[in-house]
Amino acid sequence: MTHLPPTESVPLGCPRSKTDLFLSFTLLALQGFGGVLAVVQRELVEKKRWMTREQFVEDWAVAQILPGPNVVNLSLMIGGRHFGLPGALAALAGMLAAPLVIVLLLATLYGQVAELPAAQGALRGMGAVAAGLITATGIKLIAALDKNALGLAACIGLAVATFVAIALLRWPLAWVLLGIGGSACLWAYRVLGRLEGQPA
Amino acid sequence: MNMVPSLANWVELFTHFASLSLLAVGGAITTAPDMHRYLVAEQGWLSDAQFSSSIALSQAAPGPNVLFVALLGWNVGLNAGGGPAAGAVAWGLALLGVLVTMLAIMLPSSVLTYTATRWAHRNRELRAVRAFKTGMAPIVIALLVATGWLLSAAHNQPARDWPLWALTVVTALLVWRTRLHMLWLIGAGALLGALGWV
Repeated sequence: MTHLPPTESVPLGCPRSKTDLFLSFTLLALQGFGGVLAVVQRELVEKKRWMTREQFVEDWAVAQILPGPNVVNLSLMIGGRHFGLPGALAALAGMLAAPLVIVLLLATLYGQVAELPAAQGALRGMGAVAAGLITATGIKLIAALDKNALGLAACIGLAVATFVAIALLRWPLAWVLLGIGGSACLWAYRVLGRLEGQPA
Repeated sequence: MNMVPSLANWVELFTHFASLSLLAVGGAITTAPDMHRYLVAEQGWLSDAQFSSSIALSQAAPGPNVLFVALLGWNVGLNAGGGPAAGAVAWGLALLGVLVTMLAIMLPSSVLTYTATRWAHRNRELRAVRAFKTGMAPIVIALLVATGWLLSAAHNQPARDWPLWALTVVTALLVWRTRLHMLWLIGAGALLGALGWV
């Protein structure tokens, strides 16, 4: 089922059934305040070990470049890999069903608490924590670049350029993905060809 | 808000969101500015406040951020039915709004993602597929860190916002170096905020 041999000593696991997929993704989604990605990385890579850090980064790259909500794309990909279309739908349903009910309930309650300073403060505090969660997820994944064929120094250079373009210069994402991402892919194509002794 | 919903309106809403679905590279939130233009400015189906609160609520709730689209549909339906006070008709239309907007924003991108990734998985040994994954890895990792940065930079008054920044940094360190459960951190953030400390 898994598409690459595990790169670390502990063998990889995999979802037991479509129900397992649905329940796992429901639990993931319900823990994901301010975005689910941080939880997905911790649960699927570090705890359940359905995929390695490297596989996670690869899948995340694909989920990011395709249109649509990223974590939803990721759940479709993981579900589809293990159980085909039914698996993809099970993971997708898990990701959306329970959170949808909760957000609609919140919306109906919202009018009553929106004016309370404590409620607004709680939102601010949760937002700051969410920013920390997503940053830490990025930092932890830097270790996955160790095995990248481009070499660690080149990867760090590309990552810094991307960070500057998005966070400091505020360039549109599509430009950055096409420009920096596109060049990196062409470069990787040459490097991989050279490693395998084929003409670039 | 007094939109009289016709079948044509719902179809129009569906097609507009379905076309945005395929433009949503980097997440559904990247199309929020266009949704605002369409729903608030052009059609007048939502108020400005309803639009903003839909986004804020979906950020605070658990689950994928794309659920803000469901809240937009919910509010469009509620408005169409005459508001929460109008009773069952309004709630029914609100659910219809959720269905229409969520199906429209999810269906095209999901079909594309599923088909494209199945193809890529079958052809995972192709040099082009491996080059794509190798080249994009450092980019997407940097995007995560940049997202954290942008979320913090939205609070841009050092004198007032430094406790928020400190909370973000401490959270990042704890998640990076420990296995502390994330719900504790979220709860702590909510508590500190509610007490007015950050």
